[in-house]
Amino acid sequence: MKAVQDSLLAPSRFKVWEPLLWLLAFAAPWVFPGHALIVNEIAIVALFALSLDLILGYAGVVSLGHAAFFGFGAYTAALFAKLVMPDPLAGLLVGMAGATVLGAVCSLTILRGSDLTRLMVTLGMALILLELANKLDWLTGGSDGLQGVVMGPVLGRFEFDLMGQTSAWYSLSVLLGLFVLARRWVHSPLGATLKALRDNPLRAMAIGINVQLRLAVVYTVAAGVAGAAGALLAQTSGFASLDVFALDRSADVMLMLVIGGVGWLYGGVLGAVVFKLLHDVISGITPQYWTFWIGLFLVVLVLVGRDRLRKPWSWFGKPKAHGESA
Amino acid sequence: MSSVPIVLKTEGLVKKFGGITATQDVNLSIAQGARHALIGPNGAGKTTLINLMTGVLEPTEGRITLEGMDITRMAPDQRVQRGLVRTFQINQLFASMTPLETLAMVVSQQQGLGGRWWQPLGANRKVVERCEQLLSLFRLTEVMNQRTEVLAYGKRRLLEMAIALACEPRVLLLDEPVAGVPAGEREELLHTVAALPADVSVMLIEHDMDLVFDFATRITVLVNGAVLTEGTPQEIANDPQVKSVYLGHSEELTHG
Repeated sequence: MKAVQDSLLAPSRFKVWEPLLWLLAFAAPWVFPGHALIVNEIAIVALFALSLDLILGYAGVVSLGHAAFFGFGAYTAALFAKLVMPDPLAGLLVGMAGATVLGAVCSLTILRGSDLTRLMVTLGMALILLELANKLDWLTGGSDGLQGVVMGPVLGRFEFDLMGQTSAWYSLSVLLGLFVLARRWVHSPLGATLKALRDNPLRAMAIGINVQLRLAVVYTVAAGVAGAAGALLAQTSGFASLDVFALDRSADVMLMLVIGGVGWLYGGVLGAVVFKLLHDVISGITPQYWTFWIGLFLVVLVLVGRDRLRKPWSWFGKPKAHGESA
Repeated sequence: MSSVPIVLKTEGLVKKFGGITATQDVNLSIAQGARHALIGPNGAGKTTLINLMTGVLEPTEGRITLEGMDITRMAPDQRVQRGLVRTFQINQLFASMTPLETLAMVVSQQQGLGGRWWQPLGANRKVVERCEQLLSLFRLTEVMNQRTEVLAYGKRRLLEMAIALACEPRVLLLDEPVAGVPAGEREELLHTVAALPADVSVMLIEHDMDLVFDFATRITVLVNGAVLTEGTPQEIANDPQVKSVYLGHSEELTHG
């Protein structure tokens, strides 16, 4: 009884390093106030990557158009601040809600077909939204972007400052809150059924799981989380532009997950940190050609493998035998 | 015989793939607690019949009832919730999960907790207890924390069946449970097949005649998608039609 329960509960328990990691993250804008802006950016893309991990890593849904929900959250939050009220938390919730509804609608389209079909449908979805935001310029400002978004203070107390410290702490707090919820989610019975349908949809159906419904639920929730990330970007930059829907954004977030590892919530966070810092450092050295180095890094990472990069001593000696796949 | 209720019944079941008739007018009744075997040469349509019963395929004609309820067009996952569960001839497992995680997931789902996202997987006491029972029943306790993809084939075959039993079936369809299991690991599997709960009706599809005649109290012979004959193991063993059409080698039947 004890051993079985302990084994089941072990993955959901917090590890010692986890609180330390978050403490470091929250201390960063204070220790390096000059870098608060990049901390904010990292927190936002980490949240976005977390959202993609929920569907890709934990449910096996491939998406190249995840920016659709990011962008929709961004525009919704920005419009809400401009037209209704400037309170950030209310705007965040509205942005999330908007993206969640969009996710629910889009989930109907991803339920059909294979990975390639989904890839194309998700890609198309983001393109449609990009063009809508472009055309509806009376509302969105078209290609000039939505300007003049002025935010009120967070919780009525913390004004957004030019250094970006408030932004960084605000985004980190939202990231932490949603991360903790996502952590619960993936270690729950629901999370386990999603893993099951990622591993083997045929068998998942044969044990009584409504595969379509589960996929729709996780897709909708992930869309909401992506919307939160988009809303944070619009709120902390005071601006929403067409590039929130861009293909690069969907592709970048996929790269971050590949760097950090899918199906492991910290993968998105780690990937976001590495990707953004690499971007920052390399583009400081060679502003025009930084993508070359990112590309090289990715090729090496994928060809050599994450495990072997982390443990260079394993490059020599015999490769370990792999078990047959089940 | 007539006093035992029928749990699963097919009436005039037909499945056509284009011009090919894979299932021809199959009438089959599985009694409660039955140990029923379905045999037939390769290509006889045994797996098609299972796919029709479980809802993976939709029949061209005919009707399927489960405990009196028409399930002909019911979604596969709903049939499972009503107690119609199958195993697969080729293992269909969750490669990245451990046997314990797998079973806890299935048991949670079966107990209606599959939609919970706010509790960890091991939080429910009943789920943990049932997992423990299943692990020891299927001799998976020592390997419960290993990833399924690294397990020995025999263990994976056991897990395949444990998953089905975790669904608390009323009717269990076993699709060649010992297929491909090496001789050394066979005993363990046969033991668990024999130890299935008596009130669960079992339909066994199997090529291994030793197992069929040991296990079944009733046998249906399927040839070219149609039922050739049905009867007790004794009747089937002595049926000249079965000998000529299906088995060819009469000595294989003397084990019964």
